[in-house]
Amino acid sequence: MSTAGIETLQYEFPGRHPASAFAPVLVGVVSSGNLEVLVEPAPGSDRCTFRIETSARGFGAIWEAVVRDFHARHGLSGATVSIHDMGATPAVVSLRLDQAARGVTGARP
Amino acid sequence: MNTPRDWNTRATNRRERLARVARELGPALAGKQVDSAKVVALLDAVLEPGDRVALEGNNQKQADFLARALTKVDTARVRDLHMVQSVLSLPEHLDVFELGIASRLDFSFSGPQAARLARLVEGGHLRIGAIHTYLELFGRYFVDLTPKVALVAAQAADRHGNLYTGPNTEDTPAIVEATAFSSGLVIAQVNEVVDTLPRVDIPADWVDFVVPAPTPHLIEPLFTRDPAQISEIQVLMAMMAIKGIYAEYGVQRLNHGIGFDTAAIELLLPTYGESLGLKGRICSHWALNPHPALIPAIEAGWVQSIHSFGSELGMERYIQARSDLFFTGADGSLRSNRAFSQAAGHYACDLFIGSTLQMDLAGNSSTATIGRIAGFGGAPNMGADARGRRHASDAWLRAGREARRGLGGARGTPRGQKLVVQMVETFREHMQPAFVERLDAWQLAEQAGMALPPIMIYGEDVTHVLTEEGIANLLLCRTDEEREQAIRGVAGYTPLGLARDRRAVENLRDRGVIRRPEDLGIDVRDATRNLLAARSMRDLVRASGGLYEPPSRFRNW
Repeated sequence: MSTAGIETLQYEFPGRHPASAFAPVLVGVVSSGNLEVLVEPAPGSDRCTFRIETSARGFGAIWEAVVRDFHARHGLSGATVSIHDMGATPAVVSLRLDQAARGVTGARP
Repeated sequence: MNTPRDWNTRATNRRERLARVARELGPALAGKQVDSAKVVALLDAVLEPGDRVALEGNNQKQADFLARALTKVDTARVRDLHMVQSVLSLPEHLDVFELGIASRLDFSFSGPQAARLARLVEGGHLRIGAIHTYLELFGRYFVDLTPKVALVAAQAADRHGNLYTGPNTEDTPAIVEATAFSSGLVIAQVNEVVDTLPRVDIPADWVDFVVPAPTPHLIEPLFTRDPAQISEIQVLMAMMAIKGIYAEYGVQRLNHGIGFDTAAIELLLPTYGESLGLKGRICSHWALNPHPALIPAIEAGWVQSIHSFGSELGMERYIQARSDLFFTGADGSLRSNRAFSQAAGHYACDLFIGSTLQMDLAGNSSTATIGRIAGFGGAPNMGADARGRRHASDAWLRAGREARRGLGGARGTPRGQKLVVQMVETFREHMQPAFVERLDAWQLAEQAGMALPPIMIYGEDVTHVLTEEGIANLLLCRTDEEREQAIRGVAGYTPLGLARDRRAVENLRDRGVIRRPEDLGIDVRDATRNLLAARSMRDLVRASGGLYEPPSRFRNW
């Protein structure tokens, strides 16, 4: 797939739960209807940043709502979340994000 | 005017037709058996213009040889037939309209031919009387759509004309009964003629002609779902169904609609259901085709009985070896019966759960899409409260109490209610939202000139909407506004879900009308495919002890 079809979205929220040092967490795979979520520590930051690359263009409003709800659930601080999406539904995106958060030390259950 | 009325014209007409067949077929007719090569001549001799003809098109079994023969009749003799049949599945089922052999149609389901049927209707090739549920159509066979001629399929016949249907009896008894006892004529295609049948499913004196078919009748494995294709979201929704509905109401008697959503539930019973201590408390009695996905639950001792609408290819040996659970004949093989199983599903089950394509904010759901006239099949009878039901069960009483709490007068009179669950992911493929302001069914009704939009399950009958976001219990909603917000509250990130009144939804959640996975004690991160009791077709075969023999298209190992 050419990158011409890829849409890049970025969101940032103030964190609530500072994560202690954690190793990067990777869940999911980049395949049709699925996505890969990578959560990495962002030392010194008190925010949670989302960077999304998706093959399905035009769903910015839904992405924003999905990551906003995720952030309301977990409130990660000092973390960067990178998403590579190939047309996953919001249900799958939310599930992957929650699975990734489970691996982050200090995140709420 | 003094001529006394002849009260027996139908019997006379029947004798005339039988004599005509004997005359025209000559030595090609031996007793009731007709030479295969003379099948078209048989139909030419039997049929008259305008006849109402029941061509056996079932959900699974097809009278395909007779369907092909019907497309070859002499249109100078046979025309304007009125076809009455359950399922339009084969191209020949529509060819007869294009060829001018038939002109009217009353049916139930046309899944595989739905797009072509819509084109033929638009082109004026046929008039549809009505689209029915199976039970309605069977009912009308005995009222105002009685067939003059029935063309049915059986596994075998003996020399007398007794029929053995094998496990896929399906619609045959209903069709033959209506035809044979109204001076109609019954023609059966059979795979073989034998001296002694394993059992008699249709007695010989209800059958007029038997034609050996050159190839066995077609049959489709419609209810086989490969566990490898079940998603984590389907696992999550299945967990919610089991814990939030089945366990909550103590559902012991039920019917599952077709699909991966319900296959996931079946495969979670021996794992997740077991971990909740639910064995023996839910899912003991079923109106269900022999779903391969139910094998692990059966093997784990969950199931006490299963009555089936039809059979499922590959399940024959497994069914024979588990005859305590299935309805089987003295020959050991399954006896299915669509009419009885539909009645069982409607009146003797406490819950129906099925998937849908679209739902509106009143809870009406439909699988109709533009340009396709697909019909209903059995879902509306399974997925409707049985208003005539009078026997009680705990699940039925509790649903009735929830729906009537606080009401007076006629609407508050104590009675039970069937649980009707619509299980749907908020987005379908290609990000098509499942929740919509207006069902496509309305536009289809306008295009095809239907009296009503083809709604599969009416919102009035739906008791629970289950999505990945949670369960909306519509029984507890007291106003249309509450119902709308309850549905929006589980509609996820669809436009209708995003436009929810957040405060109203939180209020419904406080009242238990909406329940999220966490409200049910379910951690969404536990929803993995590892919970499935079988994760592949091979696992199902293994679980069956090698008795289940999947058709080749499902043998992917």
